[in-house]
Amino acid sequence: MTLTPNLTAHWDEPDSYTVAGYERHQGYQALRKAFEMGPDAVINEVKDSGLRGRGGAGFPTGMKWSFVPQGDGKPHYLVVNADESEPGACKDIPLMLASSQHLIEGMIIASYAFRANHGFIYIRGEVPHVIRRMHAAVRDAYAHGYLGKNILGSGFDFDIVVHGGAGAYICGEETALLSSLEGMRGQPRLKPPFPAVAGLYACPTVVNNVETIASVPAIIRNGADWYSSYGTEKSKGIKVFAVSGHVNNPGIFEAPLGITMRELLGYAGGIRDGHSLKFWVVGGSSVPMLTEEHLDAPLSYEGMESVGTMLGTATPMVFDETTSVVRAITGWLDFYKHESCGKCTPCREGTWWIDQLLHDLAAGKGKTEDLATLEQLCAQILGRSFCALGDAAATPYPQALKLFRSEFEAGTHTAANDLFDPAAAVVFSGVKTS
Amino acid sequence: MTVTTPATGQALPPVELVTCTIDGIEMSVPKGTLIIRAAEQLGIEVPRFCDHPLLSPVAACRMCLVEIEGQPKPQPACAVAVGDKMVIKTQMTSEIADTAQRGVMEFLLINHPLDCPVCDKGGECPLQNQAMTAGHAESRYNGVKRTFPKPINVSAQILLDRERCVSCARCTRFADEIAGDPFIELLERGAHQQVGTADDQPFDSYFSGNTVQICPVGALTSADYRFKARPFDLVSTPSTCEHCAAGCGLRVDDRRNKVQRRLALDVPEVNEEWNCDKGRFAFTYLDTDRITHPWVRDEDGDLVPASWPEAIAIAAEKLAGVRGKVGVLTGGRVTREDAYMYGKFARLALDSDDVDFRSRATSTEEAQFLASSVAGSGLGVTYADLEKAPIVLLVGIEPEEEAPIVFLRLRKATLEGSTKVAAISSWASPGFAKTGGTVLAAAPGAETEVIEALATNAATLSEAASAVATALREPGSIILLGERLSAHPGAISAVSNLAGASGAALAWIPRRAGERGALDAGALAGVLPGGRPLTDAAARAEVSAVWGTHADALPSQPGLAFAEVIDAVLTPPIAEEPAPGTEADDALIIAETAVESAAVATDSDNEAADAAAQNAGIDADLEEPEPRISGLVIGGVEIDDLPNPDKFREALRDVDVVISLETRLSGVDAYADVIFPVAVDTERAGSYTNWEGRVRPFGKILKDAFTLTDGRVLAMIADQLDVNIGTGEPAQVRRELDELGTFSGPRVAPPAVPAQSVSTPEPGQAILASWRHLLDLGVLQAGEKYLAATARPAVARLSGATAAGIGAIDGEAVTVASDSGSITLPLLVTDMPDGVVWIPGNSPGSEVNSSLAVVPGAVVSITAGGAA
Ligand SMILES: Cc1cc2nc3c(=O)[nH]c(=O)nc-3n(C[C@H](O)[C@H](O)[C@H](O)COP(=O)(O)O)c2cc1C
Ligand code: SF4
Ligand code: SF4
Ligand code: SF4
Ligand code: FES
Repeated sequence: MTLTPNLTAHWDEPDSYTVAGYERHQGYQALRKAFEMGPDAVINEVKDSGLRGRGGAGFPTGMKWSFVPQGDGKPHYLVVNADESEPGACKDIPLMLASSQHLIEGMIIASYAFRANHGFIYIRGEVPHVIRRMHAAVRDAYAHGYLGKNILGSGFDFDIVVHGGAGAYICGEETALLSSLEGMRGQPRLKPPFPAVAGLYACPTVVNNVETIASVPAIIRNGADWYSSYGTEKSKGIKVFAVSGHVNNPGIFEAPLGITMRELLGYAGGIRDGHSLKFWVVGGSSVPMLTEEHLDAPLSYEGMESVGTMLGTATPMVFDETTSVVRAITGWLDFYKHESCGKCTPCREGTWWIDQLLHDLAAGKGKTEDLATLEQLCAQILGRSFCALGDAAATPYPQALKLFRSEFEAGTHTAANDLFDPAAAVVFSGVKTS
Repeated sequence: MTVTTPATGQALPPVELVTCTIDGIEMSVPKGTLIIRAAEQLGIEVPRFCDHPLLSPVAACRMCLVEIEGQPKPQPACAVAVGDKMVIKTQMTSEIADTAQRGVMEFLLINHPLDCPVCDKGGECPLQNQAMTAGHAESRYNGVKRTFPKPINVSAQILLDRERCVSCARCTRFADEIAGDPFIELLERGAHQQVGTADDQPFDSYFSGNTVQICPVGALTSADYRFKARPFDLVSTPSTCEHCAAGCGLRVDDRRNKVQRRLALDVPEVNEEWNCDKGRFAFTYLDTDRITHPWVRDEDGDLVPASWPEAIAIAAEKLAGVRGKVGVLTGGRVTREDAYMYGKFARLALDSDDVDFRSRATSTEEAQFLASSVAGSGLGVTYADLEKAPIVLLVGIEPEEEAPIVFLRLRKATLEGSTKVAAISSWASPGFAKTGGTVLAAAPGAETEVIEALATNAATLSEAASAVATALREPGSIILLGERLSAHPGAISAVSNLAGASGAALAWIPRRAGERGALDAGALAGVLPGGRPLTDAAARAEVSAVWGTHADALPSQPGLAFAEVIDAVLTPPIAEEPAPGTEADDALIIAETAVESAAVATDSDNEAADAAAQNAGIDADLEEPEPRISGLVIGGVEIDDLPNPDKFREALRDVDVVISLETRLSGVDAYADVIFPVAVDTERAGSYTNWEGRVRPFGKILKDAFTLTDGRVLAMIADQLDVNIGTGEPAQVRRELDELGTFSGPRVAPPAVPAQSVSTPEPGQAILASWRHLLDLGVLQAGEKYLAATARPAVARLSGATAAGIGAIDGEAVTVASDSGSITLPLLVTDMPDGVVWIPGNSPGSEVNSSLAVVPGAVVSITAGGAA
């Protein structure tokens, strides 16, 4: 399958994030078309395109917009989820840096469609350069009359607020994000009510991922048929894949959904020279890992489901044979334990416990029964926590144990670092260590 | 009580039912019922921590997971509503639910210290109990437990042992949702999540103690009870709170005849499951400085211990000497039963109707209002009515300070329902602000004008006032009247008239627990038990039938009220004029002037004048060389409760006979001829009638106590006087009260006192506004240092313009002075009418009665800085 640069098509141009740079490539034409189509037609077009949420869960975008009650007399809000904090995920950050105006145009169109006059971009706090870039891009769009009152004489008013988070993975969960945006603690809220009914400030709110919204202008400009001609039956369209890890040429590749990992690996220059693939994780650390045998499975929502994992963020991390799987997932559990918001018992206490057992195993100090205990503990979290963070924390271990049991068994007597030299697994930028 | 019939008894809207199956049992419940509640109805207890029926669900602890057919994951029973045809399986029938719950329990215990042996909750701990039913016998956890340094104070009263916390967020939700004091919050994340406060804002909430009670572990404890007792050593007895007119159900826990703690009892129609910190923590007074035997004054004027028979004999003899001229004064704190006995004792044993329970600022107008509209009116406006009311107008009352559960209900009503709250007040108090209502600002004394305007719904009303006036005319609307308004002539009449004009129901909420019961029991001049007018022959006949006396054994002329009794003592025979310039002289002049003005039927604008107008007998008395009152029987009165304590002391000094019934030496003892020790509430049965008119009985708690009630002591004195007033035992009194019932005949007319013109302060002066803080120097809070440390600080409040006018600076000292004295407090500039100064009534550094001896509405001087 060939690459289909769309959002990333002009990243080699130094001003791709400016209005001027964007307008050179039909930027803001879709907005004009949307104003002619009318809001309901825009929603239908997005529905017809088959666009699904790119934040991980893959919820049909047009349908989400149509859940917003109309004529309810309340303000509606669009909130762009730019908290991208999932280990391995790195697509929204570059999109905001280089395709800033795609996102802004998408926000205007989306908000026009479900009648919101206020949009927020919630960006993770650790990336001030991205926050600055989006501030500049929003200013630029205001200066060109794309934001503010009566945009392009359409009578539609729209304002954007760029909001920096304070650095918490949980604030990517949409309801925690809304709480955080309201100035409260970032902890998930009970659903129902769903954000589309009672979201930000208890008003109807759509939360969409950066890539989801940035994909909208091209769909409107080129039509639903164009977009749905890419991809598979259930996973239509084009996706930004971010490949990282032990490959020769890590990076971002835009391709139709349904491309295989083997093909992507090819674009990424293959596994580090002299090494071989051990395992890979497609959707960020929160989905079950895969191996060599799954390289030909289509990277689509249903394709990944068929091999027991999830497409998630579609940002594959690749690990070669130098990697200790025990060490890798211990690192992830450090992350989940640190990021657990503390609200619910299984995730709060479970990550605390699991992490200790994994550290024991990584240090070669585990006990034989720990392997089974860990499996049970994960089962005690999975499906019982308040939000998907707990599920995510409970996901890596069972699959890793299934695939690499002996490595965990070794953890009862030998430290992971003795089995796998950590230095061998490290990749410094531009320097190949082995 | 109800002046006009509120729109109750409306047909309830039909309830939509859904049918589900829980553990194989089919049941129908109203739509929206949570699974956990539905299961409870079947007697199935799903384990839980974060769930609380009065708090919004959070589904955080995950302890209550149950299986729902067709759902891929177990669901929290505390947050999922029953759906139609839903098939639910709890731990009783579902392996999935049982495993899920055991998993959560295992997790909950890994970081828990398991220090039950030294934990106050041990023995009554939901975590302990549910660990037994839903936990594993052995822990698999061998890791490192998260620890925290031992306890931190979230307030002076509440301590937190963070390592015991299960992060259920009950305490924080209570603080936020119920009390409206979100001063505790969960902080940090993951296993480090913990309850905490902002650095500069402790959890000083009037309701903080409830968090200790609902904490499902021993994480929150009270400084007061910490390490004091084990639950299994305690004897728990249901009771009723004596601290205000809300009538909260209490659970009193004692160990070997000493009260160790008090908790809120679940009384859905009254206090739900909450109480206030005063009710919970203020009970040290019960066994502080108690007197244990009678005292009598010997020939040298010294108090000496006496035996009961001796003291009874002396008291009877002294009272016999002044029969017909004895005032019987009780504080509003005595029980309904004792108040009844004081009234009966006065009428039968002393031939006197000079009886009053209002040891505070009062007026004849108020007495007439109480007689016409409150006494013996039974259950009127209820807590439930507050929740349904379109509007609740507060006049002369601060619910959070004076009847905290009324405040909680109002807040609940405003948050959940469509109820609006409005107040006629000088400023929006913190409690009022939490109900989010409208303040119709009025200086003390100027309320009448606002009330009258609302009654006419005049076109000139402001938008806010007009909205209030309109809402008051909707069915179900309510006016709550506080005791404070009695200081402003005409105000109560205006409120009564407003209720009539608008159709709103009117309820009277006194501050003290015993006042309504005392009124209903006939401890007020002119009012016999059950609201019977003393002047009504039929009413007297009903009472004498039950009392077993001749109808003419009862006085038929209304007696003197509290303030009038004091004035009457201080009114000496004409022949013996006091030295000019003394207080007694002033009193005489006031009384004489009053009598003159009453005689020419001009307006009666002070209490002495009212007294004269009310009491026809006074003219005659003045002619005689004897004062109208020569003896006092006093029970449960604090001298400083009176608006002018010195004047009361003067009267106590002057009067010939003082018989005092006390739990502890109160100050009256210095003037008493005989002092009898009486029982506190824990030592006896009794009841209070709360503001709704609901009798709230309680039983004897300390089974070994053998102290006597006021009523019993009075009965013994009466015996000695050869008058039978019964035994005075609470059970007997209750039977009599039941037999008496309420009066069905006509009451006196409501008062129609015209409004008094409001004084206009000169520069450097202001009109005094004041009410009492819930936590203050009240005698029943004595000895509670932790509680006192959570009280609101005393400040003086002025408007910005008034402050500027005297050069006072926010945060710096302001002095408020009257002829009697001064009070200096830090200034807090407040949005309030100009020319008004507000200070708390009885807080440290601000004791209005004893320092200023004036009532709200009086003109006082204000100066920047401390007292000269
Ligand atoms: C712990 C957690 C973290 C998440 N982080 C992100 C994130 O950083 N960005 C994102 O778009 N969605 C994230 N999500 C998913 C969002 O909750 C939500 O589904 C998404 O923003 C919806 O947008 P979409 O429909 O456009 O995909 C996260 C979910 C969870 C449970
Ligand atoms: S699973 Fe529970 S503790 Fe973990 S992040 Fe979600 S709500 Fe917080
Ligand atoms: S909170 Fe309960 S389980 Fe914990 S130490 Fe106290 S009594 Fe024991
Ligand atoms: S302190 Fe108690 S009530 Fe508060 S969150 Fe912890 S366990 Fe729950
Ligand atoms: S009781 Fe249901 S989740 Fe806590």
